[in-house]
Amino acid sequence: MSSVTNHDERPNPDNLDDPGLSETKTERVSYLRAGHTLRSWLFTTDHKRVALLYMMSITFFFFIGGIAAAFVRADLLTPSADLMTNEGYNRAFTLHGVIMVWFFLIPSIPNTFGNFLIPLMIGARDLAFPRLNLLSWYIFILGGIFTLFVLILGGVDTGWTFYTPLSSMYANGNVVLVATAVFIVGFSSILTGLNFIVTIHKLRAPGMTWGRLPLFIWSHYATSVILVLATPVLSVTLALIAAERLFGLGIFNPELGGDPLLFQHLFWFYSHPAVYIMVLPALGVVSELVAAAARKPVFGYKFVAGSSIAIAVIGFLVWGHHMFVSGQSIYASAVFSFLSLVVAVPSGIKIYNWTATLYKGDISLDPPFLFAMGFIGLFVVGGLTGLAVAMLAIDVHLHDTYFVVAHFHYIMVGGTVSAYFGALHFWWPKIVGRLYSVVWGRLSAMFIFIGFNFTFFPQFILGYEGMPRRYHVYPEQFQVLHDMSSIGASILGIAYLMPAVYLYYSLRYGQPAGNNPWNVTGLEWTIPSPPPKHNFDEIPTVDGPPYNYPVRKEAKHA
Amino acid sequence: MNDFASAWPDAASAYASNVDLLALFFMALVVILSAPVFILMVVFATKYRRGKNADRTEPINRNMWVEVSWAVVPFLLILFFYGWATSLFIVHASPPSDALEIKAVGKQWMWKFQHAGGQREINELHVPVGKDVKVVLASQDVIHSLYIPALRIKQDAVPGRYTELWFNAEKPGTYWLACAEFCGTDHSAMTGKFIALRPADYSRWLAENGSDGSLAAEGEKLFVSSGCSGCHSPDAKVHAPSLAGLYGRPVPLENGDVVTADDQYIRDSILLPQSQIAAGYPHIMPTFENILSEEDVLKLVAYVKSLAKASEENLP
Repeated sequence: MSSVTNHDERPNPDNLDDPGLSETKTERVSYLRAGHTLRSWLFTTDHKRVALLYMMSITFFFFIGGIAAAFVRADLLTPSADLMTNEGYNRAFTLHGVIMVWFFLIPSIPNTFGNFLIPLMIGARDLAFPRLNLLSWYIFILGGIFTLFVLILGGVDTGWTFYTPLSSMYANGNVVLVATAVFIVGFSSILTGLNFIVTIHKLRAPGMTWGRLPLFIWSHYATSVILVLATPVLSVTLALIAAERLFGLGIFNPELGGDPLLFQHLFWFYSHPAVYIMVLPALGVVSELVAAAARKPVFGYKFVAGSSIAIAVIGFLVWGHHMFVSGQSIYASAVFSFLSLVVAVPSGIKIYNWTATLYKGDISLDPPFLFAMGFIGLFVVGGLTGLAVAMLAIDVHLHDTYFVVAHFHYIMVGGTVSAYFGALHFWWPKIVGRLYSVVWGRLSAMFIFIGFNFTFFPQFILGYEGMPRRYHVYPEQFQVLHDMSSIGASILGIAYLMPAVYLYYSLRYGQPAGNNPWNVTGLEWTIPSPPPKHNFDEIPTVDGPPYNYPVRKEAKHA
Repeated sequence: MNDFASAWPDAASAYASNVDLLALFFMALVVILSAPVFILMVVFATKYRRGKNADRTEPINRNMWVEVSWAVVPFLLILFFYGWATSLFIVHASPPSDALEIKAVGKQWMWKFQHAGGQREINELHVPVGKDVKVVLASQDVIHSLYIPALRIKQDAVPGRYTELWFNAEKPGTYWLACAEFCGTDHSAMTGKFIALRPADYSRWLAENGSDGSLAAEGEKLFVSSGCSGCHSPDAKVHAPSLAGLYGRPVPLENGDVVTADDQYIRDSILLPQSQIAAGYPHIMPTFENILSEEDVLKLVAYVKSLAKASEENLP
């Protein structure tokens, strides 16, 4: 076996100039080799290692949530109940929602790529509070173990939204335990947000002014503000549910003098901004990918940066659009509808500015850009159908139907997950120091895009035809579209597994990446791949704007 | 091929057709706003592909107004649709005062309907076409949502409060009716039939399913059997408010507020009597929370309402 011979041909691991085949010189001094014990990983305070701990954990949760989705889609192949009982089905989609929202989507980009890249991009040696960073991973894992524990005990069947009084008084299952798990994981979000805010304020390299920050940083800054301000509201709400269920305190249950709609207000006051927690980091990633692919400065940097902040601020004022049919005042509904259209403007600015960035660019069709293009396409569809459900009269029909399911999957799965894979394919060579197969990367970008549309586009039609969400059994007229969706989900599931194969393969057999394999700008590309433990031997000084690619101007030719 | 026609869901009311029209025009706008992005992305990715010869010199000045325009113009277009959708919604949210009233109670996992004449049905709702119909919704347990896709409307039934929903069905036929708000184990079984009948057929249906008495008459029976009349009848010895002519009138409360005696007020006074106490009366009304169901309360409300009409008729 060749790997055995490699070992034999590498007699002197202490000699950095020895051209050993399985380890390059930079790899031997990188953060990946700075300690080989399990302890050196579990007690690390290196932001890069914490990022990898997160990456492994959220990949695991993505897999669990995906299995739950597979059960749901398999059961929906026929109109009747065949695979699971009604109770089992409800538990499956609740599990899917809880795991995907809190244990995959919210931590996905910020806690992996944010953790890894924020210090590298601003020229710092670590986050402001490295131990807090590790603590937040432990809290995350504790919440995750709690959730898995509840799973073994039999799960919960309220949906990820925990609407009262169903969740507080009527539901079977372990509502309090799941609420506890989500409560715990909330602290992980708060600590991460706090850490990012302080880091971005205090640890920027000399010359890295606010106007020179990469857009990835701007969007993570906006995300962190939401994490810190919105998450406590969720924690309070979940604590109140537990108080009602355990002690019969009348808060949400009308029989005890409470108000069930109060729960919805509190829940969506967190959960709508939470959508932007999932989306803003993705928008930041795509800004980086588009600039890198086109080798041009992002068109309208200030507009794109400012739009992240605008989304974070206005995003706090639109929660009532989840309650148009709840019996909320029609005047409140009219205002929330209007604000929901306003919050779309900054997203629209980003989309059009990315398109303008491509104009006269030098565009590479490498996997990261294909994922970014997929993101833009799916995000546009998701966003504009979001406007449709922000329209009052349309929402009265489409609320709680598959149209809404399709809409938010276009944003969260089509959008955020595409951006996550885009980021993975862009920064993988930086993270592990090896190149992967570009051909396979392109193929998986295409398969994910096709599988995704196959899965979720039929759901728009199902919704308009009146198919309610969270239905285990359904009228026969909906079967064809459900079957298309389930077949698409199988394609999507396989497509999601593809990168695991060739990325793993690259770890062992990939070519060394070099400092800057894509030949792009950004401080993270000025250091070796994988980076050394302390990132920068010398803290760099920044003297120019981001995305400082050479651009030919007409005037110079005149 | 009429596949497309069958894929498009039935529209059973003029309102439903209006929603469809709005949705279709909005979809057209979606295409107009997104097409430039899709087309330009593909064109640029082809034309300016790396390694391909193309003119890549940029104009010297960037026009800021271009950026502003692609934020403002789509927004103005969308505002037009906002006005359209909101005005349609206001129609949906304002039931005509003379609408035929039907009471509905959502309960895990069934829909119960009560007609003014006392007719009751479960998981089926018979209505006449060509007439404004208002459904008053209550919930016995968790939040449900009455959804009639063919009418393009839904409304949550929220425990502890009355909500309402109205329509004017035009096309006779049998349509699907569902619960749209997830309500527990058998949520997906909480479905039924919405049956729009020609007025003559509706009258026949009412007659065939006739009951002992109207909703108000059943309420009167409950009024006596539950002991309400012991305090609230005119000749009672206990100092309790008279209910004759109460409905629709302003009621001064002990804390200084004035509320209108509507369905919600009467319901709350029966189930949560200590929450709003009429000024000048002792706090002696017991709660009927664990004694009367939401259906019973709806009957009592109908009875109290009938007292108001009766007292109006008695006026000179």
